[in-house]
Amino acid sequence: MASYSTSEFKAGLKIIMDGDPYNIVENEFVKPGKGQAFNRVKIRNLRTGKVLDRNFKSGDTMEAADVTDMEFQYLYNDGELWHFMNPENYEQLAADKTAMGDAGKWLKGEETCIITLWNGRPLSVQAPIFAILKITHCEPGVRGDTVSGATKPATVETGATVQVPLFVNEGEVIKVDTRTGKYSARVKE
Amino acid sequence: MLEVETPALSQAGATDRHLASFRVASTAAKQLYLHTSPEFPMKRLLAAGSGDIWQLCKVFRDGEAGRRHNPEFTLIEWYRLGFDLRRLMQEVAELIGELLPATPAATEYLSFREAFERHARLDSFTARERDCLRVLQESGRRVPAEGDLDYDGWLDLVAAELVYPQLGRQGLSFIYDYPASQAALARIRPENPPVAERFEIFFNGMELANGFHELADADEQRRRFDSDRDYRRARGSPDVPLDERLLSALQHGLPDCSGVALGFDRVVMLAAGAKSIEEVIAFSMERA
Repeated sequence: MASYSTSEFKAGLKIIMDGDPYNIVENEFVKPGKGQAFNRVKIRNLRTGKVLDRNFKSGDTMEAADVTDMEFQYLYNDGELWHFMNPENYEQLAADKTAMGDAGKWLKGEETCIITLWNGRPLSVQAPIFAILKITHCEPGVRGDTVSGATKPATVETGATVQVPLFVNEGEVIKVDTRTGKYSARVKE
Repeated sequence: MLEVETPALSQAGATDRHLASFRVASTAAKQLYLHTSPEFPMKRLLAAGSGDIWQLCKVFRDGEAGRRHNPEFTLIEWYRLGFDLRRLMQEVAELIGELLPATPAATEYLSFREAFERHARLDSFTARERDCLRVLQESGRRVPAEGDLDYDGWLDLVAAELVYPQLGRQGLSFIYDYPASQAALARIRPENPPVAERFEIFFNGMELANGFHELADADEQRRRFDSDRDYRRARGSPDVPLDERLLSALQHGLPDCSGVALGFDRVVMLAAGAKSIEEVIAFSMERA
């Protein structure tokens, strides 16, 4: 059975704890001065949706959760559920808000998402790593400012808010890393 | 004060229980180590009569990567002859005050015991493992099982989750008189119970510096090195040769001194209002 060391921990990793599959939501390395290092981890029980704060001793290993990841195409959101289709056999399934997590923020339609299934039930949905989205609103840009690293909030077509560099303007298309929710690059159309 | 430079690459590594030295293969068939701090060669300079010394240097710690850690980072480290810890703490506070002029002037001094009583409602001198477990569970955390950590490990976990995040909220917070079991390279003052003449500084819950009234007793230093190596062997951590040159220097005589290492990147984080160390390093380990 595959296992992960705490040094491999990151958001999205799935582990088994006390018999349940868990998704790592946040992982932080903490080490008091000269002391023992720990991983302070927020983990979501994929069966119950409950989020726990858990400390692991750095260097410990946890069993990897044997859950199935499958590709589905996003169809539409009916206001409550997000509907997907398996492109191989056209079977459809619906994911609720808990399973969607942040993924729904980046979906317009027809994206291929990875859905994690536990006994055939969607447990979590991963949007494509990069979302290409048009900016529907942000404050005007500052020309020439490409190095300072300063950012401003921008609303994209899916309604999500992304911190973007000052030189990015409304109406432009950007690439967002959906794993972090961070601006990645400007896309020329 | 004299600025010095000591080697980053050495024949001896850090035997510290919870530090991992990067090991560097050499064609000379000799295992070399990147330093985790410049402490040992700086003490050799002090023993050779350098007087007060300081340096700003890169140090390397394997496995330490996170929001406040990068495996390669910068320390400013200095030693003062004849300073006791109180005087050195004062000096560090002055330096931080100059580097971070916006730091509130309210500086708090708490013994390790007082800090634990205040923030974890735990007496660090008399608490047992299960007491640590209890306060952590009461805070709503899931933690390793009883027996998974040794006593200092439990204190470290209480410190990391309940105590340290609360420190330095109104200004700098100095924690001093550590448990003797966490003396590292500090002198132990024979009180009842004995305490380590060591301090750390926190601001906004983040550790900035660690200082010692430096242990000068070569025999005691050798005992600590041996005990640390036993600890490492028992836990499967790589064995590291102890620094015989440091021990010879201590044998020769280290002047009474106190020293401190200040995490420079973290000072820059505070100056820049950065949430993560990667914001103040051009190419953090992920991109190095």
